[in-house]
Amino acid sequence: MITIKENYCKGCGYCIIACPTKALKRSNKINSRGIEIPIVEEEKCNKCHICELSCPDFAINVEEE
Amino acid sequence: MISNDEIYEKYIRKGTMPTILCAGCGNGIVLNTTLRAIDELKKDIDKMVFVSGIGCSSRLSSYIKADGLHTTHGRPIAFATGIKAANPDLDIVVFTGDGDCAGIGGNHLIHGIRRNIDITVIVLNNYNYGMTGGQASPTTPLESLTTTTPYDSFEHPFDLSMLAMAAGAPFVARWTISHPVQLVKSIKKGLQVKGFSFIEVLTPCPTSYWRRNRIRDYEGIYRWYKENTVNVKRAESEPDKICIGELQNIQKKEWTEQWKELVERVSK
Ligand SMILES: Cc1ncc(C[n+]2csc(CCOP(=O)(O)OP(=O)(O)O)c2C)c(N)n1
Ligand code: SF4
Ligand code: SF4
Ligand code: SF4
Repeated sequence: MITIKENYCKGCGYCIIACPTKALKRSNKINSRGIEIPIVEEEKCNKCHICELSCPDFAINVEEE
Repeated sequence: MISNDEIYEKYIRKGTMPTILCAGCGNGIVLNTTLRAIDELKKDIDKMVFVSGIGCSSRLSSYIKADGLHTTHGRPIAFATGIKAANPDLDIVVFTGDGDCAGIGGNHLIHGIRRNIDITVIVLNNYNYGMTGGQASPTTPLESLTTTTPYDSFEHPFDLSMLAMAAGAPFVARWTISHPVQLVKSIKKGLQVKGFSFIEVLTPCPTSYWRRNRIRDYEGIYRWYKENTVNVKRAESEPDKICIGELQNIQKKEWTEQWKELVERVSK
């Protein structure tokens, strides 16, 4: 399961660029500070954790279940 | 692999996220990768001290749930030397900026390396004085625009990793925030080396530096660090790019060990 803490996310999109399988995408979802939050397509994710290492604010979390 | 939530729970002070740093600032990635390296080595965080100077990069020590010193500008290596000399059992990590480490603190850097005291220095090189609004620093690339070089910079920048190698640091590595996996590996190595470890991370300051230097979108910034660097193993084929990777790994006697030997010798 991938979750993004909307209140932590600054919308830099580094997670989107770093993801090797293009499981993360830009979206129209806006948080309370007017920042665009990425969306996840779970089925494309291979749980490599690269997005977590690329997030400057601990906003994205990958759970291996 | 450990998740960000678990890293947060184990090592980050409650309520400090998101950081006060700007959107797209790379410093948080250095915090994340450092904590992952510590976790993978199963280090006891209560036997570590995180020391920093002044600047946006130096904020990192205050996010970690461990002993830390947020010291004065340019002086973290001096404070770290004191801590290590007083208690060699502690593991010391220094977070410092290019201005902090190579400008005002340049002499502490070369003499810390010369002494070969066992600390791990992580330099966040963002090519400018980010915190104070983007003045030129000792690493500002030629022809860059900054608030103090409004017609472009003609001063020759320091290559910090080369400087550390020439000064004799046993372990030197350079990566960028676009190489987080490799960075974790090098921080792990640096923490294990008995002696002065120097890890340079090229990290973006979108607000003060990149805004004035052509690239204004985060994707472009992130890609710049991939496209303008080359691994040391292939450096000869692309001499114009910035050389990254593990650059030096040599054996050398360490200061606290030599001190211990001296004390034993003279107290006989
Ligand atoms: C003795 C002293 N001189 C000047 C300053 C002002 N000052 C604060 S941060 C800074 C520059 C920081 O640059 P750098 O180390 O590159 O860190 P960054 O903010 O870019 O991460 C300066 C000059 C100070 N705090 N103390
Ligand atoms: S874990 Fe890997 S594959 Fe999944 S979203 Fe993150 S970067 Fe993409
Ligand atoms: S890297 Fe983190 S802060 Fe940046 S867009 Fe992704 S989740 Fe948000
Ligand atoms: S000014 Fe630059 S270095 Fe400082 S927080 Fe903002 S982006 Fe980061």
